[in-house]
Amino acid sequence: MGIVKTKNLTFEYIRRDDEGNVEGVTKAVDDVSIDLKEGDFVAILGHNGSGKSTLAKHINALLLPTEGSVIVDGIDTLDTDQMLKVRQTAGMVFQNPDNQIIGTVVEEEVAFGPENMGVPTKEIWKRVEDSLKAVGMFAYRTASPNKLSGGQKQRIAIAGIVAMKPKCIILDEPTAMLDPKGRAEVLRVLHELNEKEGVTIILITHYMEEVIEADSVFVCDKGRIVMQGSPKEIFSHVEELKELRLDVPQVTELAYELKKAGIPIKDGILTNEELVRELKNVYYR
Amino acid sequence: MSIIVDKISYIYEEGSSMERLALDNISCVIEQGEFIGVIGHTGSGKSTFIQHLNGLLKANKGHIYYNEQDIYAPDFKMQELRKHVGLVFQYPEHQLFESTIFKDVCFGPKNLGFSDKDTQIAAFNALRQVGLDESLYYQSPFDLSGGQKRRVAIAGVLAMKPDVIILDEPTAGLDPKGRDEILDCVKKLHDEMKITVILVSHSMEDVAKYVDRIMVINDGKLVFNNEPKAVFARHEELEKIGLAAPSVTYIMEDLYKAGFDVDRSAITIEEAKNSILNLLK
Amino acid sequence: MLRDITLGQYYRANSLIHRLDPRVKLLGTLIFIISLFLGQSIWLYALITVALIAVIKLSKVPLKYITKGMKSIVILVIISAAFNLFLTDGEVIFRFWKLTITREGIYQCVFMIIRLIYLICGTSIMTLTTTPTNLTDGIEKGLDFLNKIKVPVHEVAMMMSIALRFIPILMEETDKIMKAQMARGADFESGNLVKRAKALIPILVPLFVSAFRRANDLAMAMEARCYHGSEGRTKMKPLKYKSRDHKAYIALGVYSVLVIAISIFMKGRFI
Repeated sequence: MGIVKTKNLTFEYIRRDDEGNVEGVTKAVDDVSIDLKEGDFVAILGHNGSGKSTLAKHINALLLPTEGSVIVDGIDTLDTDQMLKVRQTAGMVFQNPDNQIIGTVVEEEVAFGPENMGVPTKEIWKRVEDSLKAVGMFAYRTASPNKLSGGQKQRIAIAGIVAMKPKCIILDEPTAMLDPKGRAEVLRVLHELNEKEGVTIILITHYMEEVIEADSVFVCDKGRIVMQGSPKEIFSHVEELKELRLDVPQVTELAYELKKAGIPIKDGILTNEELVRELKNVYYR
Repeated sequence: MSIIVDKISYIYEEGSSMERLALDNISCVIEQGEFIGVIGHTGSGKSTFIQHLNGLLKANKGHIYYNEQDIYAPDFKMQELRKHVGLVFQYPEHQLFESTIFKDVCFGPKNLGFSDKDTQIAAFNALRQVGLDESLYYQSPFDLSGGQKRRVAIAGVLAMKPDVIILDEPTAGLDPKGRDEILDCVKKLHDEMKITVILVSHSMEDVAKYVDRIMVINDGKLVFNNEPKAVFARHEELEKIGLAAPSVTYIMEDLYKAGFDVDRSAITIEEAKNSILNLLK
Repeated sequence: MLRDITLGQYYRANSLIHRLDPRVKLLGTLIFIISLFLGQSIWLYALITVALIAVIKLSKVPLKYITKGMKSIVILVIISAAFNLFLTDGEVIFRFWKLTITREGIYQCVFMIIRLIYLICGTSIMTLTTTPTNLTDGIEKGLDFLNKIKVPVHEVAMMMSIALRFIPILMEETDKIMKAQMARGADFESGNLVKRAKALIPILVPLFVSAFRRANDLAMAMEARCYHGSEGRTKMKPLKYKSRDHKAYIALGVYSVLVIAISIFMKGRFI
């Protein structure tokens, strides 16, 4: 069984009008069953309001299912006695770097999670050092988070989660408010954590370029998982993705346009090298 | 209408420990009807620069002329400048405050002293221009989705009937469709209303697709001021200052290196496609 | 202008004052404030001045930082100085229209200005040399005994530290919203009081909305990181008295004794 498993997960919330009367019920997550393998780099795509954030918050037990269940490393999130264990196993990083930093000094910020868990002082120091090194921010350990760039702030937020030694990290659009440089920094750190430490990464995003190197991709729409597969498989469906308010990487789009114009190249091209190879095949045939 | 920026410099937090030169001797001309892209990494001074264009910040040195009038002259009315040069900040939806969308959009023109009737007509037109459904006009702006809120905020500036509209990263945080919708809307304003657009963006793809001229700001200096193809052709220099060319440029570069005689100056998918098709046919 | 307020801002340096236990600094600040109101003798103020200068020197915080915080209270100082100057009874030395200035008034006025300035200096030194987390740790541990009578010390301390962290962020936000509304033609500078107050609505509403959004986000982020109150919580930097703290307590004791001695001895006298 995988590290994160949902079974018929459904989450409803009740809409109310100004007077507090019930207007109706919205299913933010609708019958989702997924099984994520430990050690994978998983990407979840979806437009704004597709339910992907709501889904993510279930994995961290910030929200509990209306129906169905979420099992994180063998623990049912509905088992409220083990809630802290779930949150420690599946750490969560949010979109706005400013709104998730509690500490006023970098190292104290990173220590916040371990402190809550009751980790002994000596061990906290070691964890803070290790996790700041893991995200390449050790040199800034005594800096004020307010003085850092967006990408650096997000790396601190990630270090704060890493210090809790989670098996899995869920990131809810961590790059949405960053510039390209900050985005690249965060992505590099995530891949390193995934490869070196074997941490399962669940990345929620709507930047297509960030998905290319994932092991598996899920696409959300109206609270349901509408597509799943490898990046190659997902990006072979250019039209469907566009209908879901999404996009494909530029090179994929170019290959797709060429194919539409009658050049016989395969679907789901994700890198420049692949395109060059394909075009060579066509050209020298 | 034209804006002439003549050797402006701006010192950030002058006299404090944070003091630094945020703008360093910038000169440029912005003509009526242009679609300009401003790029630069975070902290390069591009946000500081655009705030000078409608007088929110005052340069320590240099002059800015709007329609041949010096905006720093004592008798010049800033209110007048702000009427003509609209500025949409980053995450503009965070400045919405009224109880209904329509009232919020009326805020700008009312401040400028439009009559009630003119205010309402301007607000109505602006909301139509950004393509917001009429059924939403009298709802609270706080109930809208992120993309819709942003369009309301842009309408709030458009209602002031500016000749120039400056947008600071108008697509930040939106999903791909939302990005396209906003930019297509801006493009339409430019084409149909002949509004001058200054677009600050981190996305080279967007800049390549929409603008006629790019201004690159680095370390407070204007380092490039040219049409997109000419700027992106020098992508190695851009990389040195933490920027890049659109993905398409690199695809064409790779194809060229692999022996294809493609047009290396292509910067949009459309151009790349045509160049490759020409070669293969 | 908004960034000039240094209260609640930490100045990073490595000095004896920075390294002191926050409980020492809190008690020290308290004693300092009390000593300011223990009389009006020149000698008392000479002692306070010497102590204050010594602490500022030891803290390695540039004077510029401390005086910058003063700008925000200039109006307060002027108003209270004026009240003291004109409204104190005593030996009249100057009369102008309906205003009279008395000898006592001048003394009162001077002392009030000095008191206010010293008050700000003293408290600024504390916040400038103590990280907010450290400060709240100090409050939490120093007021630990209140826990027994069910005062939620930890929660209050946490609230304070979060408030301190968000002050600069919300100030920047205010600046941004103000500029955005100015770009929409808003005018905050002209008109009468009512008009100006009304002009603040377009700033205050977005600011509150944003503060609530941030609070919501932060609560979620804290929960996600296993925050569940003080129960079973450990510390990265637990407070432990070192020998320098004991010495500081002794110095504080000496200071208190001197202050009390002078104020008793010089009761009701200026010199």
